[in-house]
Amino acid sequence: MIPSLQDLFNILPPVIIGAGILIALTLEMFVKPAKKIIPHFAFLVFLFTAYYSLMTMDKETYSLNTLMSGGGLTNILYFIFTFGSAIVVLISYDFIRKKDIVSSEYYILLMSAVLGMMIMASAKDFLMVFLGLEQMSVCFYILAGINRRNLLSNEASLKYFLLGAFATGFIVYGIAFIYGASGSLSYLVITNAIVTGQNITFLTIGLLLFIIGFSFKIAAFPFHMWVPDVYQGAPTTVSAFMSTTGKTAAFAVLIALLLPLFTVGNYQIFGPVLSLLAALSMIYGSIVAIAQKDIKRMLAYSSIAHAGYMLIGIAAGIPAGSAGVIYYLLAYTFMNIGAFGIVAYLEGVEETNLHIEDYAGLANQKPVLAALLSLFMFALAGIPPLAGFFGKYYVFVAAIKAGLVWLALVGIVSSAISVYFYLRLVVYMYFRENSKTITVFDSSYSMLGIIIAALLVIIVGVFPNTVVELITHFIS
Amino acid sequence: MIEQYIPLFLVLATAVLIAVGIVASSTLIGPQRPNDEKKSTYESGVKPFGSAKERISIKYYVVAMLFIIFDLEVIFVYPWAVQFKSLYSVFGIPVFTTMLVFLVIFEIGYLYAYKKGGFNWE
Repeated sequence: MIPSLQDLFNILPPVIIGAGILIALTLEMFVKPAKKIIPHFAFLVFLFTAYYSLMTMDKETYSLNTLMSGGGLTNILYFIFTFGSAIVVLISYDFIRKKDIVSSEYYILLMSAVLGMMIMASAKDFLMVFLGLEQMSVCFYILAGINRRNLLSNEASLKYFLLGAFATGFIVYGIAFIYGASGSLSYLVITNAIVTGQNITFLTIGLLLFIIGFSFKIAAFPFHMWVPDVYQGAPTTVSAFMSTTGKTAAFAVLIALLLPLFTVGNYQIFGPVLSLLAALSMIYGSIVAIAQKDIKRMLAYSSIAHAGYMLIGIAAGIPAGSAGVIYYLLAYTFMNIGAFGIVAYLEGVEETNLHIEDYAGLANQKPVLAALLSLFMFALAGIPPLAGFFGKYYVFVAAIKAGLVWLALVGIVSSAISVYFYLRLVVYMYFRENSKTITVFDSSYSMLGIIIAALLVIIVGVFPNTVVELITHFIS
Repeated sequence: MIEQYIPLFLVLATAVLIAVGIVASSTLIGPQRPNDEKKSTYESGVKPFGSAKERISIKYYVVAMLFIIFDLEVIFVYPWAVQFKSLYSVFGIPVFTTMLVFLVIFEIGYLYAYKKGGFNWE
């Protein structure tokens, strides 16, 4: 089949990003001041794509013979990826100059990873999922090691690459099983195959392997081992990018694939598996984060816990749960990028100012940053009326509706535990004396990005119904 | 059904028995007089020298990556070229332009490698 222009038009947001990558590469080759132009160019491309995705949300279409979908839910996910990345560009601008990282390639890799995520989010076929996943992951491996003079960054890159490749092996093996059992790679055909019950054993094995592989990507316990080391070693802005948009893309695939399967009667295998993963991730992430003294490691463990909360929404197996997960992802993207953005702002040229003791007395030295970081910590802990609270609220309610009361209870207990380590940072900033003042490089771009993230955390938290109704409208 | 395979299992079992039996009997019955020369690692061949941890020039990797890229390009272009006439009669001009877009994307990658000194062996 030859793709027509209409096909490309139906999936215009990824096409725009793809064209942006090519233009940026050409600029980098032929224009002398490309280093100065490309960050601005990447920011505008992301912003325009985010705007375009929101504007064309009503037209739900398929493209390339149902390989990909456009409009509707896909465009909401596009918005999360591109707007999140736009903020990442803002917080990166001065950070990578401070760290002396090759600059043009950094932004081109960001765009390339976003293209991969968009392919994943719009895929309705396992081959497209794999294509997008690999494009995203390879860019992540390079980005994690892009601070190449730093040993920790190299270690993070190699570790992420080896474990990521291992996880991809699971996914491909699962896809092979699914193809062998159903003779197709399309989501629609697979749902039908489960309804008819043909080769159900191999189909289940394939889907379970697929879920295992994706549990690596979303950083759920017990497939989380790479998370702390990679988030700590990678440049802070890259950690912000990977932990939010990458997680969103992997969850998008899980929702698109698994939600239809829950409607098939007599086939209730994934609910218990996902519930178990969710419960273990939440408890493990929240408890181990208490012991962390390094801010980036603490945020990494909190990321594992948040993967658990989000899994509750999928395990519930009802549209309201999945809508809650997407709302949660939207909220999590902005609060985590904001938190990592402040950590990147305060980080020194070397890997300094990352210990929790360094944040003691920050409220006197940098009152605005301390206030904003407290806001993000409150949001991550799930304190109303910020976005994090309603994210948890929607997934817990969905779990109770689906009869998983124990899972909601585990979630509530572990978010109560997590309040301790989030608020400990606030206590350090406001109620501890500074033993020493830390040197901070001021950056107006980073500040702008952090403030935008903070505003979004508040707005999304104050008007949760509007957002959730929009998502629910498209999901069912 | 499964009875057909009994001879096969017998052969397998015999093979395992013989292998285990020979190793076991030679260790149990055979005389054991170890000396330094016997216990050392395999003694023939060239004596090892230097360290295995040598730095390999980055150019090898660049060449390997470029090779894979161009190899893939050829894999896509060959079937297209072979089937071009029959595809053209069905789909018309887009058959040509689609491949052209693919090649343009490719050439940008090639130019990037060139501009960044990927082919520079000095």
